Amino acid sequence: MFDFILGHYAYWLTIILLCIGLYGIMFKKNLVKKTIGLTILQISVVLFWVSIGSKWDATVPVRDPGIPTAEVANYLNPLPHTLMLTAIVVGVATLGVAFALLVATYNRYKTLDEEEILEQIQ
Amino acid sequence: MIETHLPAIISLNFLAFSVLIPLFGIWKRELCQPLASLGAGISAVFSVYGFIYYLNEIPLRYLFGGWEPPVGIEFVYDGLSAFVIVVINVIAFIVLIHSRQLAVNEFPNKQMAYYSVAMLLMLGFNGMVLTGDLFNLFVFLEIASLSMYALIAIGDRAAPFSAFRYLIIGTAGGTLYLLGVGFLYTVTGTLNIIDMAPMLPEFAGNTAVITAVILMIVGIGTKAALFPMHGWLPDSYTYAASSSSALIAPIGTKVAAYVLIRVMLYLFGIELLDLVVPISYTVGVLACIGILYGSIMAIAQNELKRMLAYSSISQIGYIIMGISLANPFGFIGALLHILNHAVMKACLFMVAANLRHKEGHSDISLFEHSYRRKYPWTMFSFSVAAISMVGLPPLAGFFSKWYLVLGTVEADNWLFLAVILISSLLNAVYFFRVLEKVYMKNPDDEVPVQDHVGENNEVQPSMLYPTMVFAVGLILIGIFNVAIVAMIMNMIPSGF
Repeated sequence: MFDFILGHYAYWLTIILLCIGLYGIMFKKNLVKKTIGLTILQISVVLFWVSIGSKWDATVPVRDPGIPTAEVANYLNPLPHTLMLTAIVVGVATLGVAFALLVATYNRYKTLDEEEILEQIQ
Repeated sequence: MIETHLPAIISLNFLAFSVLIPLFGIWKRELCQPLASLGAGISAVFSVYGFIYYLNEIPLRYLFGGWEPPVGIEFVYDGLSAFVIVVINVIAFIVLIHSRQLAVNEFPNKQMAYYSVAMLLMLGFNGMVLTGDLFNLFVFLEIASLSMYALIAIGDRAAPFSAFRYLIIGTAGGTLYLLGVGFLYTVTGTLNIIDMAPMLPEFAGNTAVITAVILMIVGIGTKAALFPMHGWLPDSYTYAASSSSALIAPIGTKVAAYVLIRVMLYLFGIELLDLVVPISYTVGVLACIGILYGSIMAIAQNELKRMLAYSSISQIGYIIMGISLANPFGFIGALLHILNHAVMKACLFMVAANLRHKEGHSDISLFEHSYRRKYPWTMFSFSVAAISMVGLPPLAGFFSKWYLVLGTVEADNWLFLAVILISSLLNAVYFFRVLEKVYMKNPDDEVPVQDHVGENNEVQPSMLYPTMVFAVGLILIGIFNVAIVAMIMNMIPSGF
């Protein structure tokens, strides 16, 4: 049991971050805090992908003449990492659009509290 | 020569035009809309050509940079994706032609940005349909979603707020999809759909695969507005500018439904899906709840656009129900309904846009029978689309419902059959309510409403003809449905 928890510590961290992110999205009333929750959610998934590419006693995926490439266990799996570069860029773009929308919302309602905005829309 | 490059031409054409529009837009603002229509038109022509050319050919796998599939990224151009590409590009082309006056009227200073982003939106949708790679699909999904948030935010006062809520829900959905893809990658070590599909049966019953299925269905279901994840849809469609909702409503949820077909029926296959947990049945029940919920909520709405938005939730339920039936009739019904509903919703949202343009509102309680005289052809289009939505023959909507009903009968699924029949009646309630307002004189009206309005009260030809094209299209689809079904028969995935 203890081994199960310790052996998968990267995944446990991911799960905790995922839950924090979902909590922020669902229960926070302030729209900026919701955005922060969204970022935490995205980062948790990015960390999950990064962690599945790692191996014990392996080196960075840059070809070294001293380390044979035939033995794949010598090198980390570079694919999840490169994919996550794209995912991080997507996340940054989303954040930019979110802040642009928040600025527009604030200019119209002079508040960023979800309930107050909903009251004004009604 | 050109045939082998069709998938790249169709999608990257939009990218080229999204760059060209700002370049020409700085010079002359009036050029933006014609350029956008031209861009969508070129892609529409190529997609129709490709559809006819590849109708009886083997699927085309377009390798980017010549890299073989497990390493490189590929576009898969088979019958199913060619069909959906034709639907979305032709509809985008006609909607963009229609949007000329609306753009001048509603957001004169933002035309350049609007049309540039609309091109990016179409790039995202085309990429989602064509790509054969699960991570690439996520990237295109996010391109389409980010453009959608921007397009929705142009509109009424509440538009940025509803776009922000959609952003939160939509991005969370996209992230869950990415997590699901991560699980599949840990199990199979590949991201290519065609490469992964034969590997998955080896891992039947693996908890990671089951979790991945559920996460991916939740993620894509958010984009498709499957019942519990539909919360973003009514506000976004209502507050967005008329041209945005006419562009997004017919296409957005259909593309997500297409991705659901790819993932559920092509990647996993129905046997693997239902091995441990009855996922397809659960999805079907959710779709049923969505159908009834959307129809009932639509009856309660007074704003035409909001009513249409709730009706979208209900109609997407039909498509997903057809997928979940997983028999040939259900599949034909789902695909035919993707086509029919896209045309119907585009037509209805364009009527709402025409009314907003002329009357300044689209509040059903203020509709009166003088509209029949003022806008004879707009109201004709509305009636055709509404009757098709209810599902009366010989209009298009009847046939997709007919195949869905056949599918439920074949699956002995009487619950789904009852839902289809009840929701057709509910559709009749909320559409005939509008038709009654427009075509019947209110007997309590003491003051005679001005009946003799000018002949030239109808909307401009640039708005009227696109609306009419869809209305006539619905009649034609209904008449020629046998030919369309024959094409769809070729696309049925192996395994059922």
